Amino acid sequence: MSDTTPEHGTTPPAVELRGIWKRFPGVIANHDVNLTVRAGTIHAIVGENGAGKSTLMNTLYGMHRPDEGTITIAGRQVTFRSPTDAIAAGIGMVHQHFMLADNLTVLENIVLGAEPTHGGRIDFAAAKRRIDELKDTYGIEIEVDQLTEHLGVGERQRVEILKVLYRGARILILDEPTAVLVPQEVTELFENVRRLVDEGVTVIFIDHKLDEVLEVSDDITVIRSGTTVATVTPDEVDARRLGELMVGSELPTPETTTSTVTDVVELSVSGVTARHAAAARHGAAGGTGGTAGSGGRPLLDDVSFEVRRGEIVGIAGVEGNGQLELVEAILGLQRIDAGSIHLAGDDITSLSVRKRRHAGIGYIPFDRQREGLLLTSPLWENMILGYDDAERYVRGPWIAAGKAKTVADAAIARFGVKTPSNAVPAFALSGGNQQKLIVAREMTANPSLLIAAHPTRGVDVGAQAAIWDELRAARAAGLAVLLISADLDELIGLSDSLLVMFRGAVTARLDPATATPTQLGMYMAGEVQSQEEVA
Amino acid sequence: MANIRVPDPRRVAAAIAAPLIAVAIAGGVSAVLLVLTGHDPAVVLNTLGNRLGETNTLMDAANRAIPLYLSGIAVAVGFKMNLFNIGVEGQYKVGALTAAVLGAAVTLPGPLHVVFCLLAGLIGGALWATVPAVLKVKRGINEVVSTIMLNFIAISLVAWLYTGVFKGSAAGELNTRTKYLPESAWMPDLVSNGSHRVNSFAIVAVLVGVAYYLLVWKSRFGFQLRASGANPFAARTSGVDPTKMVFRAMLISGAAAGLVGLPELLGDKHAYTDTFSVGLGFDGIAVALLGRKHPIGIAIGALVWGFLDAAGRFLDLDGIPREIVTILQGVIVLAVVITYQVAEQFAQRRITAETAAKAERLDLEVAG
Amino acid sequence: MNVSERLGSLSTAQRTVATGCSLLLLISITRVWSGADDLTSAGTVGASLRLAVPIAMAGLGGIYAERSGVVNIALEGMLVLGTWFGAYAALEWGGWAGIAFGIVGGMLGALIHAVATITFKVDHIISGVAINIMAPGVTRFLTATVYDRPTETPTIPTANRTGTFTVPLVSSGLESIEHRHWFLVSDVAGVVRGLTTEVSWVALLAVVVLVGSWFVLWRTRFGLRLRSIGENPYAAESLGVSVVRMQYYGVLISGACAGLGGAFLATVQNSQYKEAQTGGRGFIGLATMIFGNWRPGGLAAGAGLFGFSQALPLRQGDLVGPLLLLVAMLLAVIAIRQGAAARWRQAIAAAVGSAVSAIVYAQVDELPKQFIQATPYVVTLVVLATASQKLRPPAAAGQIYRRGGAH
Repeated sequence: MSDTTPEHGTTPPAVELRGIWKRFPGVIANHDVNLTVRAGTIHAIVGENGAGKSTLMNTLYGMHRPDEGTITIAGRQVTFRSPTDAIAAGIGMVHQHFMLADNLTVLENIVLGAEPTHGGRIDFAAAKRRIDELKDTYGIEIEVDQLTEHLGVGERQRVEILKVLYRGARILILDEPTAVLVPQEVTELFENVRRLVDEGVTVIFIDHKLDEVLEVSDDITVIRSGTTVATVTPDEVDARRLGELMVGSELPTPETTTSTVTDVVELSVSGVTARHAAAARHGAAGGTGGTAGSGGRPLLDDVSFEVRRGEIVGIAGVEGNGQLELVEAILGLQRIDAGSIHLAGDDITSLSVRKRRHAGIGYIPFDRQREGLLLTSPLWENMILGYDDAERYVRGPWIAAGKAKTVADAAIARFGVKTPSNAVPAFALSGGNQQKLIVAREMTANPSLLIAAHPTRGVDVGAQAAIWDELRAARAAGLAVLLISADLDELIGLSDSLLVMFRGAVTARLDPATATPTQLGMYMAGEVQSQEEVA
Repeated sequence: MANIRVPDPRRVAAAIAAPLIAVAIAGGVSAVLLVLTGHDPAVVLNTLGNRLGETNTLMDAANRAIPLYLSGIAVAVGFKMNLFNIGVEGQYKVGALTAAVLGAAVTLPGPLHVVFCLLAGLIGGALWATVPAVLKVKRGINEVVSTIMLNFIAISLVAWLYTGVFKGSAAGELNTRTKYLPESAWMPDLVSNGSHRVNSFAIVAVLVGVAYYLLVWKSRFGFQLRASGANPFAARTSGVDPTKMVFRAMLISGAAAGLVGLPELLGDKHAYTDTFSVGLGFDGIAVALLGRKHPIGIAIGALVWGFLDAAGRFLDLDGIPREIVTILQGVIVLAVVITYQVAEQFAQRRITAETAAKAERLDLEVAG
Repeated sequence: MNVSERLGSLSTAQRTVATGCSLLLLISITRVWSGADDLTSAGTVGASLRLAVPIAMAGLGGIYAERSGVVNIALEGMLVLGTWFGAYAALEWGGWAGIAFGIVGGMLGALIHAVATITFKVDHIISGVAINIMAPGVTRFLTATVYDRPTETPTIPTANRTGTFTVPLVSSGLESIEHRHWFLVSDVAGVVRGLTTEVSWVALLAVVVLVGSWFVLWRTRFGLRLRSIGENPYAAESLGVSVVRMQYYGVLISGACAGLGGAFLATVQNSQYKEAQTGGRGFIGLATMIFGNWRPGGLAAGAGLFGFSQALPLRQGDLVGPLLLLVAMLLAVIAIRQGAAARWRQAIAAAVGSAVSAIVYAQVDELPKQFIQATPYVVTLVVLATASQKLRPPAAAGQIYRRGGAH
C-alpha cells in the first residue's frame, strides 16, 4: 500500500526520502524507508516505540547521515552534514525534550544564536517586531518578555516552534509533541499546527496516539520494525485498521508450553492510586516539563491485579501511562495515596524499599545505567548492589570480596555475561551484557517476585533468547513475574496474561493466546476502555 | 574519577606513571619560573635531593605529614560519597578548640585524658560539619558554598572564643591562648632529636587510616556510601537512602577533620593559641587528590607534602625563596589531577576495547 | 493590597531606590538614637566605598565565570595575584600601569583555571583549590625574588599612585550641613559627600565596569550567549554558539575583574602589597555574588553592605554597637512585612532575631570585631537557607561540558 499519495499539480513534494537505510552497531534502525511529504500538509508518522521513527527524523534533521538512500527537499536532492545544514534548507525540529534556558526570557531564548544587533546592542525591538509578525501570521500566543522558567509545557513547546520559525523554517518536525501535553494543550497545539499549514508550512509529526493522528493529519505513514509499511489518508482508514498496521497483521504466536500458573497469589495490588510524582526522582532530575499526571489526572488510578506463583503477567501500554509509577509503587519508591500491596499474603504497603526487596522482590529496572548499575565499579561490586546484606556477599559487617567474586564468577558463567573478568568496570560492557549482569544479580537472589521492566531492551538476539529462557525456567520453578515491555513478541511470547495500561489505569485484561492485534493496538491507544473486561 | 581495579601490570604501571609524570611537569614549570626569575633550578633540585637523605628533615616531614594525613582522610571520606568537604579547614579549628577547652577543664588519668581529648575533637568537628549536612539535606544548599562560608565563620567564632570566654593567657603574655592542658593530656614524641621530632599522634593517624580503609572501603556501610556517591538513583532503587548517606558521610568527614588540629594541641602547643597552624584543611584536599583517596596513597601524598614543607626552608640558605615549594605543590596538584584525568580516559577506552574484543572472541568460539 | 504586593508591582529600579531610601532612613534613626554621628559621615561612607570595591570586583568576576557555567572559587587566588602584580607595576611605572598589570595578573590565574576546567575538564572546585594554594606561593616567591622581604613590597610613593577627585562645589557645600547632624538631611549630605570627596579614579572605574557589565550581560549578543551557556550549554550549542570559546571569555574576564580588585586593594586602598592582604575578600566576593543573586545590581548592594559593615570597626568610636541597633530595626521591619504577608514562621524568626539584637545592644558594651568579620558569611548563609527559592544560580554552573554531550 506504500506510496499511493497523489501528486498535486506541479509542486514538488516538500520532503522525499527514497530507500533510506541506517545501521547502528548491532542494529538496523531503518531499512528501505520511503516517505513522500506533500508541501503544505500535516504528515503524521506513526509506529510503536522502537519502530525507528526517531532515527528517521534524526536523519532528516542532519543529526546523522543515512548509510544509503536519498533525501530530496522541495525537488532538490541534498546531503546534510549537521543540523545547521538542515536549518539552512528550511527544516526545523522541535525535540521531545525541550532545549531552553530557564533563566532567560522567552525573547532571549528565541533570538539566541541569531540575534539582530544595532550599534553593539541586541536590537530587541526589531526581534520583537519579527516575532510579533510570526505570532500574528501563525496565530501563536505567547508573552515573550516573561522568564522561561515560569512557562508550562504547552507554552514551552510554542517557544520551541517560534524558535524554529524565527530561523525561517518551512518544514517543521515535531517529535511526539503531544506526549507531554494535557488534552486542552493538545487542542491548542493542533490549532497552531493547522494555522501553520494554512500559511504554507509543512508539518511532520511523530505520534502513536491514533485518535489524534486521524483527527489532525492529511497523510499518515506507518513505520513498523524500521521500515515504512504504508502511507494512507485518514478517510481511507479507521483507528482499528491503523492499529493493525502499527502492530503488524499478525501477532506472534505464544509459546505452547504448558501453563505453570499455580493458585498461590504472590503479588496482590488492590486499588492503588497515586497522585504525586516521587519527589526524589523528579527533584533530583530537576528537569523541565510536566509528568504524565499533570492536569490533575492521577499517576495511578485505582490499579488492581494479582500475580500468582509460576505466572508471568505482562503489562502492555504506550510508555508514560503509569507503568513506571506502578513498579515504583510496588517497590516502595513511589508514595501511594490509596490502596494496598500484598506480597505472599503479607501487607508490604508501608515497608521500606530494602525490606520489600528482602521479602523477595527482584527488580530489572527501566533504565539499567541510571537505576541498575554503578558504572565505574567492578562487576562483582555491581552484583552486590541491593544485596549488601545477603549471606553470600558478606561476613558480619564486612563485604566478603572473595565470596562475592566467586558468586559473581558463577553468575557471569551461568548467564553468559561476556567479560574478561569480574573486575571489569560495568561501563566497559555492552548494553546486552550489562542487562545480563542485572538479570544475573536479581536471579541469583532467588526472588519470589521478579519485576522485569524491558528486560531485553537494546539487547542482541542471542542475549534476548538467553534472558527469555531464564525467565521461563524461573517461572516453571514457581517465580511470579511482572513483565513490562514495549516489545509485543516478548509480551505475548512470555505472558500468561496481559494487562493494558492507559493513563494510569488498567484498561484491559487479555489472554495472549486469543488477543488480536486490533484489540491490543486500540486498547493501547486508548481507543476503547473496556472496564468490563477487567474484573 | 572511576575506581578501576583490574590486576593488570600495565594498569599498575599507569597508576605509578601518572603521578611521576605530574611531578615531572610540576618540576618543569617550577624550573621555568626559577630561570625566569634568575635562579638556578639545579640548586633547588640538589638541595631538596640532599635533604632526602637527612634524618632530621625526614623526621620533620613525617611529623608534618600527621595532620596532613588526617586532613586528607577527612576530605577523602567526602570524595567517596561524591561530596566536596571544603570545610575541613573550619572543622579542624572547631575540633581543636573543643578539645583544648574541654581537655583543660577535666582531670583524668593519662591515657584516658588523651582519649577524652580525641573524642572532644571528633565531636567538635562532627558538630560543625552538621551545619552544612543539614543545609544540604534540608535546604538543598551545595556543600562547597556552605563550607566556604562556615570556614570563615569558624575562624571568627574560634578567635572570639579563645581570646574571650576561654582565654587562659595572662595579660602580659606574647601569645593569646586557652588554658594549658594538664600534662596527663600531652602526647609524647615517638622519636626526637633536638627540635626535630615525630609525635606519637602518628599512631592515631595510622589507626584513623585503618579505620577509614575498613569503614569506607571494606564494610557494608562503606559499600552503601560509595554506591550512593557513585549513583544515587541506583542506590535509591537498591534500598539505600542517599540523603541519609550524605548526612552520615559529612559527619564522619567532620569527625576526622576534628582530629587534624590535635597533634599540634596534644603533642606540641598544649593549648589553642594564635600561632595555631592554618591552611591544613586546604592542604588536605591536595593530599587526598594526590593519594587518589586511597589510605596508602594519601599517606604518600602527605609525606611528599610534608617533605616539601620541611625541606623548603633550606632553599633560603641558597638564596632561593622557599616559596618555590608552595608553587611546586600547587602545580603538582593541578598536574596530578590533569594527568589522572587523561590517564583515566585512556584506561576507560582500553578496558572497553578489551572487553569488547573478549566478547567477540567468545562469540566466535560459540559460532565455531 | 499588602506591602510586599505593592512593592512587587514596582520596577526593579524603583524597588532598589525605595530599599535604599528606607535603609538610609533606618540608619539615620540609628544614628540619632545612638548618637554615633560618624555612622553616616563622609569619612565612613568613603571608607565603605574603598572597602567595597575589591569585594565587588571579586564578586563581578564570580558573576562572569558562573554565568558562563564555570564555578570560580579561585577568585581569592586571582585577587592575590592582582595585588602583587598591581603593586609591582605601580612601583615600577606608576599607578595606572599597576592597575593594568593587576588585571593581567588576575587573568594569568584565570587562564590556568580555564585550561584546567574547560580544556582538561578538571573539576572546577579542585582547580580552584589548587590555584588558591598556588597563588600566595607565587606572590611570596616573587616578592622575595624582587624585594628584600618576602612578605611585603616597599611603600608605593604617592607619585606612583592613581589619584582621587573631589567634586568641587558639592563636597564643600554640603560639609556644613553634614556637621549639623540633622535627622536624615545630614545623613544624605554625608553620603553624598562621601561619594564625591577624594574618591579614587579607580573606584570610579570600578563603578563604570559594574554598570558596563550589566549592559554587556543583558543588552549585548555576547552577554546573552554567555548567560545562555551557564544556563543550558546544550541549548546554546544546538543554536550554533561555541560553548568552549564563550567559557574561556567568561573565565578570563572573571580573572580580569578579580585582578582589578586586587590591584585596587594594594595600590589604592593600601600603598603596598602585603602577605595575606586579601584576607578572604575573594570568598566574600563569592558570598556577595550569591547574596546579589548573580546580578550586578544585587552584587553592588551586597558589596556596599559588606563594605559598610567592614568600615565601621575601622572608624573611631564605637560604631559596631549601633550596627546591632540597625540590625534590630531591620529585622523588625522584615518581621512586619512577613507578618503582613501571613508568612508567620519567617515573621516570628525575624522578630526573635530583632529582639535578640536589641537585647545584645542594650546589654553588651562593645561588640567583638569577629562578629563584623563573620557578617558577610553569616548573612549569605542565612540568605541561602531562607531565600534559596528566590536565588537563581546559573543552572549549569559547575557542570563539565562535553561537546555534543546532550542526550
